[in-house]
Amino acid sequence: MIDGPALWLFIAALGAGTFALRFVFLGLVGNRPLPAWLLRHLRYTAVAVLPGLVAPLVVWPAATGGTPDAPRMAAALVTLALGYATRNVILAISAGALTLFAGLALLA
Amino acid sequence: MSSQTTKSPYWQGVRDGAPFTLVIVPFSMLFGVVGTETGLHIAETMAFSVLVIAGAAQFTALQLLTDNAPTLIALVSALAVNLRMAMYSASLTPWLGAAPLWQRAVAAYFTVDQSYACAVVRFEQEPRWTVPERMAYFFGVVTPICPLWYIFTLTGALVGTAMPGGLPLDFALPITFLAMIGPMLRTPAHLVAALTSVTLALMLAGLPYNLGLLAAGLAGMIAGAQAEVLLERHRAGRT
Repeated sequence: MIDGPALWLFIAALGAGTFALRFVFLGLVGNRPLPAWLLRHLRYTAVAVLPGLVAPLVVWPAATGGTPDAPRMAAALVTLALGYATRNVILAISAGALTLFAGLALLA
Repeated sequence: MSSQTTKSPYWQGVRDGAPFTLVIVPFSMLFGVVGTETGLHIAETMAFSVLVIAGAAQFTALQLLTDNAPTLIALVSALAVNLRMAMYSASLTPWLGAAPLWQRAVAAYFTVDQSYACAVVRFEQEPRWTVPERMAYFFGVVTPICPLWYIFTLTGALVGTAMPGGLPLDFALPITFLAMIGPMLRTPAHLVAALTSVTLALMLAGLPYNLGLLAAGLAGMIAGAQAEVLLERHRAGRT
């Protein structure tokens, strides 16, 4: 593995590149008006990216080596359903965690 | 969520960001532990967490470097994992674009999954917030999250062992995100976007460099936007 100056250069480049990705629109576009079609797409960024990020983690959990797991699936469904129905994030997290603990205890 | 509270946007942000402590503490601690195990100096491990401040990319980079992948490949792969940050950046621009440049630069540095997710949900709920109020909220969310990211990377690097076993902390990340996604699904168009993304993300999970998520995210955005147009047209046709 690389070390010393080469590693520091790597970390700095990764940091700079990551910042550039975060800054590119917020920093460079700033207050300039964006076209309506683009705004319409951007409204769906969060609701498109985050479920796609989570879905593989739920279906193939790392903790089980990628085998679908009933307690984790149940916890995910309870969390999503309560978050949707109540719009209360903390309640949804608590209920999801309880479901996971209960499910794992039942199967233990 | 009530908007008639007297809480300032900053403190609302702190409160909304607090549950993510559950994710941040074990995740950053694990990075510190893995860094030390890999043979990094503490300063190098800390540089990852402070300069990059993106867990999945940090783990990807470290993994590839340990496997002796070509440095450029490791760099491009870790940046690909972070490409979604550019989508977050674009999505935050209509809300925060009018802030001073230095504030936008600091906000860009602190744009992580959690701060972004909290911000877009709350900004849509509070359309009358001014730009300074939105910025205050954003930095409020960051307050319980990012300092802990540094502190527990350091703790993990120094202590060298991860959190006590037995707790299913692996699932803290999916649960906290799912709890946020629920309230985001406000219209049929949001549902279409989410379902499209989930379907594609599962189908494309085998693609390298996290490209499946990017494709799924873009397809979800297009599907959501198209559904919005169709629904509006349908509604206009009826009246």
